[in-house]
Amino acid sequence: MSIVEKIENSSLKTGIPDFKAGDTVRVHQKIKEGDKERIQIFEGVVIAKKGSAARSSITVRKLSYGIGVEKTFLVNSPLIDKIKLMYRGKVNRAKLYYLREKKGKETKIERLETYNNSEV
Amino acid sequence: MLKAIIGKKIGMTQLFNEDGAIIPVTVLKAGPCTVVTKKTLENDGYGAVQLGFGEIEPYKVKKPLMGHFKKNNVNPIRILKEFRCSEAGSVNIGDSVNVSMFNGVKYVCVTGITKGKGFQGVVKRWGFSGGRDTHGSMFHRAPGSIGQSSFPSKVFRGLKMPGHLGNKSRTASNLKIIRIDSEQDLLFVKGAIPGANGNIVYIYGANEFGRKKI
Repeated sequence: MSIVEKIENSSLKTGIPDFKAGDTVRVHQKIKEGDKERIQIFEGVVIAKKGSAARSSITVRKLSYGIGVEKTFLVNSPLIDKIKLMYRGKVNRAKLYYLREKKGKETKIERLETYNNSEV
Repeated sequence: MLKAIIGKKIGMTQLFNEDGAIIPVTVLKAGPCTVVTKKTLENDGYGAVQLGFGEIEPYKVKKPLMGHFKKNNVNPIRILKEFRCSEAGSVNIGDSVNVSMFNGVKYVCVTGITKGKGFQGVVKRWGFSGGRDTHGSMFHRAPGSIGQSSFPSKVFRGLKMPGHLGNKSRTASNLKIIRIDSEQDLLFVKGAIPGANGNIVYIYGANEFGRKKI
């Protein structure tokens, strides 16, 4: 393994579930306000996974009061506390950008498996 | 104190800082270097330290250079470079210096040989705009006029013309030190440095203006 690969692998996060586009995840993000720190939870559908290893990022989309909201997270960022897999979704694409154009029932993704999501 | 070392460019990657932001970094193998010889104000009129970096099989060393190593009683070394240092008296011949010399230093400058680009035109070499590709412009990537007929009736010296690009010694100044790994002799600096991966570079501590401090 090259030195650069070793450095990159040392910053990899452990305990990230194996999820794909179409799955619903819950991202626990650390938010710093002054010297206080709190956890903000963002739950939505993974519409894209990009990059590999230390550089990987995910785009999560949800509907907030009828408005589509998307957030891109760097999976290995120290600001990500944890990522929880909620549901597996059945989709035919790796990038679900088409969801941006859809409304209502058309945005619904068939759920395959449900994971233990009783705790918040 | 000496604040310069010979190193090797390993490559670039990115690191997270504590705010979660991504910093582009260049990883450098800095040292360890051996002090091969030194020059002092009394003997040579200036103070300097000659450092050596990298291993070499003794049979590959030319005899005159081997004599230089033998005189100073050090093992043969591949790369030799003299660094100006007013306090050369503080180090001894045969000493090993490593990247921990940059502990407490915030910024460094890195000198390396840029990648050679070969013979290039004015658009790539000097950033000329060139002309329009279509609509019969008949002027694409040519340099254009390089002077007038009756006056000045010559081409000025130093005019930007096509020619060899790259493969020159260049210094990237004021690079922030992100991390120092003394165990593996690695130095992480923010941003890019000249040259290809694996090239030999010279790393200098920076002064308060971000310039090479010797």
